[in-house]
Amino acid sequence: MPVIAESTTPGGRADGGPATVGRGSIGEERSRVAAEAELAGLDALDRPRPAGPGAGQPRVRRAWSALWPKLAACGLGLAAWQAVVSAGWKSRYVLPGPAAVGRELVAMVADGTLPRAVANTLVRAGLGFSLALVLGVAAGSLMARNRVLRSAFGSLLTGLQTMPSIAWFPLAILLFQLSEKAILFVLVLGAAPAVANGLITGADQIPPLLLRTGQVLGARGFAEYRHVILPASLPAFAGGLKQGWAFAWRSLMAGELIVVIAEKPSIGSILQTRRSLADAEALMATMVVILVIGIVVDGAVFGRLERAILKRWGLGRG
Amino acid sequence: MPFPALDAQPTSLPCGPAPAPAVRLDAVTKVYGRGDRAVTALDGVDLEVAPGEFLCVVGASGCGKSTLLGLLSGLDEPTSGRRAVNGTVGLMFQESALFPWLTAGANVELALRLRGVPRRQRAGLAADLLRTVHLEGLAGKRPHELSGGMRQRVALARAFAQDADVLAMDEPFAALDAMTRDVLHDELERLWRERNLTVVFVTHNVREAARLGNRIVVLTSRPGRVAAEIAVDIPRPRRIESPDVSELAGTVTALLREEVRRHAGYR
Repeated sequence: MPVIAESTTPGGRADGGPATVGRGSIGEERSRVAAEAELAGLDALDRPRPAGPGAGQPRVRRAWSALWPKLAACGLGLAAWQAVVSAGWKSRYVLPGPAAVGRELVAMVADGTLPRAVANTLVRAGLGFSLALVLGVAAGSLMARNRVLRSAFGSLLTGLQTMPSIAWFPLAILLFQLSEKAILFVLVLGAAPAVANGLITGADQIPPLLLRTGQVLGARGFAEYRHVILPASLPAFAGGLKQGWAFAWRSLMAGELIVVIAEKPSIGSILQTRRSLADAEALMATMVVILVIGIVVDGAVFGRLERAILKRWGLGRG
Repeated sequence: MPFPALDAQPTSLPCGPAPAPAVRLDAVTKVYGRGDRAVTALDGVDLEVAPGEFLCVVGASGCGKSTLLGLLSGLDEPTSGRRAVNGTVGLMFQESALFPWLTAGANVELALRLRGVPRRQRAGLAADLLRTVHLEGLAGKRPHELSGGMRQRVALARAFAQDADVLAMDEPFAALDAMTRDVLHDELERLWRERNLTVVFVTHNVREAARLGNRIVVLTSRPGRVAAEIAVDIPRPRRIESPDVSELAGTVTALLREEVRRHAGYR
């Protein structure tokens, strides 16, 4: 095969391109200025405009348009609750109405019962979820890119995820007695598989082009995880975190119901003691708190995280 | 821009004044799969790219253009044959493949970081590189906030950040509109000249090849073999619509069509 090399520069890179270009004439300078102007014009015309639905509205109005359907739904729920109570299906001692529960809620907040309990519970939730996060990310990272580990432990992970966390408690109590550790043990086992699965799903969904780009740029081993795989799996991983939180919160409530530690009041322990006292108002007031915490953490923490990621990537509505 | 080669392989350095080729492929074959389902993507390809050359590779679908670049850049290993690269190869794709979680500037900085540039120097260097592709002041923008042409220029800046000795480009402008493509041809030509780049530019667009290359290599399809090499001596600056470029494009197209017709028999 003949190699025709007349246009290449035998002198090497230092000589620059072919002889026909290095002349630097006025015409060339002018065309260069024109090219820069064309480029700037194209940039200005082609740039995507940051305009979405509602982008031009004032902040208050946007907040209101997001809020009122929620308020309406709350009102509807309360009305249905009141209707059942008013119908007289059960005695008011067993099934109190929203007004009575609301009064009890205010009283329990005022006398410090609920704040103390909520604080203890949230500390457990935070600690347990953090542990689950660390373990889940570690397990997920190992399994995401390793075929052998994946086929070995993949179905186990799914099994763990679907296993009702309450089934762990008998063993947890045998292992750790009725202690803080027993609760954490179950919480972590409940949440970590979801976190790990989220990371694995995220890693599976990384566009091959991004992985290849990472390799081209020289990201290998740990650097590939740190700079390519982990950030690239974030959108799906955020979903995994959300699910992990849901599992963690459920496990925690189950745990606090079963493992009641005397000197440490918690949301679960209030439920347990008030049930034995047949105090339905306090019971339901506490349930309202559980519901609200679940919604707030999901929306304010994980929902916000998810939206921030999607916005950053230019994927979501922002 | 000399940079210590990370995966430089011992090449048979000639003793004369002729410079060592930047890239050299000797009888490189790449087969995907095994047995009955084996597909030969490249079959005995010999290719030499001189330092500072702008080589365009054209071919119809399935000629193994992308495989060729994968081998060149060292991402893939040839089934047989030898690959020798004097230095490092940067690779740029059809889509910008910018990391969507990083800003334009951070994308460039990551390439610097992975190359081992100290933290203090990165931001300044990245800003310089963005300036060379006329994206000054846009370091803080995310890829989705930029147009296709701007994204490709960020990708170009990132490729420069690798300080690779050879820039391999896989249809980098194929997804852009004709107007933007024209302007980016000018840009790429300018940068090639100013930075003394060695470019291997793969495209299915014959006019683009005639517009940009010092030399055009035509690949056959299935398996990919070198069908022809054409030296391009059209003086620069060139215009894609100039008669010289059109005429050459016509010649290359005729070669490609003949090549495609050969495949009409296979079903």
